[in-house]
Amino acid sequence: MTNYRIQGATGEWEVVIGLEVHAQVTSNAKLFSGAATAFGAEPNSQVSLVDAAMPGMLPVPNRECIRQAVRTGMAIDAQINKWSRFDRKNYFYADLPQGYQISQLYHPLVGEGRLDIILDDKDPENTKTIGIERIHVEQDAGKLMHDQHPTMSYVDLNRSGVALMEIVSRPDMRSPAEAGAYLRKLRAILRYVGSCDGNMEEGSMRADVNVSVRKPGEPFGTRTETKNVNSVRFVMAVVEGEARRQVDLIEDGGKVVQETRLYDPDRNETRSMRSKEDAHDYRYFPDPDLLPLVLEDDFLADCRASLPELPDAKRHRYETALGLSAYNAGVLTAEVETARWFEALLEESAARQGKPEGEVAKQAANWLMSELFGALNRLGKSLETSPVSPAQAAELLALVGDGTISGTIAKQVFEKMLETGDGAGAIVEREGLKQTSDTGAIDAAIAKILADNADKVEQYRGGKEALFGFFVGQTMKAMAGKANPQLVNELLKKALG
Amino acid sequence: MSVDKATVAKIASLARIKVSDAELEAIAPELNQILAWVEQLGEVDVTGIEPMTAVIPNTLRLRDDVVDADPLTGGGRGDAVLANAPAAEHGFFGVPKVIE
Amino acid sequence: MTDLTELTVAAIRTGVASGDFTAREVAEGFNANVAGAQNALNAFIVTTPDKALAAADAVDADRAAGKVLGKLAGVPIGMKDLFATHGVQTTAASHILEGFKPQYESTVSQKLWDAGAGMLGKLNLDQFAMGSSNETSYFGNVISPWRRNDGGNAALAPGGSSGGSSAAIAARLCPAATGTDTGGSIRQPAAFTGISGIKPTYGRCSRWGIVAFASSLDQAGPMARDVRDCAIMLEAMAGFDPKDATSLDLPVPAWEAGLSADLAGKTVGIPREYRMDGIDADVARSWEDGIAWLKDAGAQVVDISLPHTKYALPCYYIIAPAEASSNLARYDGVRYGLRDLPDGAGLQDMYAATRAAGFGAEVKRRILIGTYVLSAGFYDAYYTQAQKVRTLISHDFKNAFTECDVILAPTAPTAAFALGEKSGDPLEMYLNDVFSVPASLAGLPAMSVPAGLNREGLPLGLQIIGRPFDEQGVLNAGLAIEQRAGFVAKPDIWWK
Ligand SMILES: [Mg+2]
Ligand SMILES: [Zn+2]
Repeated sequence: MTNYRIQGATGEWEVVIGLEVHAQVTSNAKLFSGAATAFGAEPNSQVSLVDAAMPGMLPVPNRECIRQAVRTGMAIDAQINKWSRFDRKNYFYADLPQGYQISQLYHPLVGEGRLDIILDDKDPENTKTIGIERIHVEQDAGKLMHDQHPTMSYVDLNRSGVALMEIVSRPDMRSPAEAGAYLRKLRAILRYVGSCDGNMEEGSMRADVNVSVRKPGEPFGTRTETKNVNSVRFVMAVVEGEARRQVDLIEDGGKVVQETRLYDPDRNETRSMRSKEDAHDYRYFPDPDLLPLVLEDDFLADCRASLPELPDAKRHRYETALGLSAYNAGVLTAEVETARWFEALLEESAARQGKPEGEVAKQAANWLMSELFGALNRLGKSLETSPVSPAQAAELLALVGDGTISGTIAKQVFEKMLETGDGAGAIVEREGLKQTSDTGAIDAAIAKILADNADKVEQYRGGKEALFGFFVGQTMKAMAGKANPQLVNELLKKALG
Repeated sequence: MSVDKATVAKIASLARIKVSDAELEAIAPELNQILAWVEQLGEVDVTGIEPMTAVIPNTLRLRDDVVDADPLTGGGRGDAVLANAPAAEHGFFGVPKVIE
Repeated sequence: MTDLTELTVAAIRTGVASGDFTAREVAEGFNANVAGAQNALNAFIVTTPDKALAAADAVDADRAAGKVLGKLAGVPIGMKDLFATHGVQTTAASHILEGFKPQYESTVSQKLWDAGAGMLGKLNLDQFAMGSSNETSYFGNVISPWRRNDGGNAALAPGGSSGGSSAAIAARLCPAATGTDTGGSIRQPAAFTGISGIKPTYGRCSRWGIVAFASSLDQAGPMARDVRDCAIMLEAMAGFDPKDATSLDLPVPAWEAGLSADLAGKTVGIPREYRMDGIDADVARSWEDGIAWLKDAGAQVVDISLPHTKYALPCYYIIAPAEASSNLARYDGVRYGLRDLPDGAGLQDMYAATRAAGFGAEVKRRILIGTYVLSAGFYDAYYTQAQKVRTLISHDFKNAFTECDVILAPTAPTAAFALGEKSGDPLEMYLNDVFSVPASLAGLPAMSVPAGLNREGLPLGLQIIGRPFDEQGVLNAGLAIEQRAGFVAKPDIWWK
């Protein structure tokens, strides 16, 4: 689908990308303890004896974390394994109190799934399927701080034990853009499902980026893994930089070594992570503190029943049932907040205007995408912090719909709404912005315009019909935008004969 | 399978136990003796046998998603967590500086 | 006046409840015995006489106030130093945990305190429960109160790993104690010291707050002078704990009330494979005695086969060290316990130095074996194979229990050996667990009761293994043996 190629001295190279995304599961308590998961707490304040791996402490899994991972699996059409197990991944590090991470290697909760990415927003039907190998559930590690003390690193275990889903893609991506699109789509799905807040700045979602290069058609090359990349932009930069580095290395007669690397956003480059190098023998084995996890049919049915309409299905419905353009449907469904806002607006609009949703959908979509998005952009706000609610917007659109105000006036009213927080109806009333259908006033305005522009009238009558728009504009202007446009058309036609 | 000193050194390093050369000398034959003995398990025909997962038939019980429901497994106990720390400062555990 | 320290748990409980004596008098008596034997036997790592007195006073006050008393009201006990006790040093007999004062109480010890028991102290054990002779403790060997009848003074092993518990009970330092059993650590020391001990079904007692050795095997249980006391203790210790994912969600049966030595209608299996070549003659004789006693109690006796018995020990010595190597990774000098930070050491050097200084030789040996069998390329050949063999061993028992209700076998292949006798050869020491390990691998309830003395005047134990959840059947067969064995021998008090 894309033909991203790296130009090397020896010809063209193809990049092969796989992503392991760690997504923090939305839950109140940690995966194996009752400590809270909230972001930004005082150091070691959200740490239980279990998380600190005190002697004799034992893990008991949180049902909600399992449920969210299962729902996520269902959302990517994956196989849900009714029998899974937790394994221990053994290594020593100061952010890992137990000396092992409880994870799932041999029998993950979620197996093979997939996700479709759209590369060109203008053409959302043109998709590429990226395979997902598995989703497993595991514990997050604590946090080390290196800059607080001259000779010590500080350890904060607040994150230790927080539930993560590790979502492992197939090496199916072939360009930075595809990697970016995959991450955005995955994030959108997680947020639709509600299993992860997708907040990359707070570390709720981060990607290990596996990159290798090859000559097109040849077998996969040796890959490197760049750890914990925490934005879509950085992931794309890592792919681009790492592919370039590998091509240059190979072409200079070197060899890519399979290693863990770290991305430095300030210098936009990756470097080898020496501290992890001798930790390759993780001695995975089933955690003997935990029995096999067996999921009942009822549990699975509840998980499935609780899934929302997902972005692809929604986009399709917007096109077919609401008659929106593919582009608009794509934009409105890309993020769950947009879709939620749009659907609230749609529902209110339909109710206010007494019409089926399908008849008000285009009006609502156009207004949201041009007027509201424009305003939010200007104000530096998002839909969540929008000063105008869907109900308030629906009131505005209803005034346009029933001819009380024109589209032009609607823009003014909207500005006033943003400024004052008042309702559209109240503003129209107060400022006297109601559209007029007073034929006398319109006729008077037309008479004056025709008199003032006798030359144009002559040209029009002589066959230059394009001038009609000019007369409409002048009349509307004279009426301060409040004239009913249809009436203006009618009366003008009559006057111009 | 017999382990030499180098292998024992590697295992000890994986297990983060410092061993001197003299200790390696003593440990290697001991481990070999024990490993040779446990290797008799290889003669058991285990075709079609599943590895043991739960000695007593039982499946994993799941917990409700409630914060600090039980103080013994909940958070908010910074003092208890840090009480025995060899080095703790400003609410953190301290370790020798790590270079990543 | 009777020596209160000669009383059983049941007798103390009854005497305190009926006002024959006070709980304080009992605690004072045992505190004195503990203090008097500490130098000679080294059964305790720390003693807590004040805790014993405080608990006793609370019971006496409750009784005076007419309150309902707990099942163990007025009974002072010893706590194996593998159970975390709030504010009281908990070491697992290791240097790496020296000085560690947990800010929590293990579920099992908490249940005992809730039942009215008091703590005399933390009992010595093999380091991290790894050993069969109590010679691996950082705090020194426990000396058995028993001596051979040859007039010699050879210091004998009290068994392990619950050797502090067994020695203390046999020497009347406490009427009962907690133990933990991973491959025989309750049963073998009980056998060595002429007392009783039961390892319940895996999952009966919560593991929460017990320093882990091998999670899939570890199980707490009581040790006491007789079967009834074991039943009383186990009732207080057992029960579902939501903090332990392997805890059995079952009600605790009234084992004491259910005690019955009438075995009419019961079938006892005698495993053919336990009759090993060169079996100790005294052990073989006591086994025959046991068979006769159970027949006398009305049971039918049948031969059974446990074909994979031979593989139980090697299987155990893969699985237990593998789990231990991971369970003991948390002792790293970061959050508690020993930290050895050589000059200029980095984090990983600190780990290696701390663990080298903090773990004893046997612990290191098992960590290394465990690390090796889990390492890349060896995992399937060792660990997976062992877990498959473990399945076969478990099947053996399942098949046997279609033919019998309980299994009778010796607890250990010999009576107590002298300290130092086997400690030079790890393999020889491991072989001491040959009869106890199979039931551990299958998670089955199993107990040891005293069966008599060998020709050296040392106690021998008989082991009863039951079906999952059938502690009652095990206790009842134990009671039948106890009543017929008439075991009253006790060590001479040579240490005062
Ligand atoms: Mg990774
Ligand atoms: Zn991971």
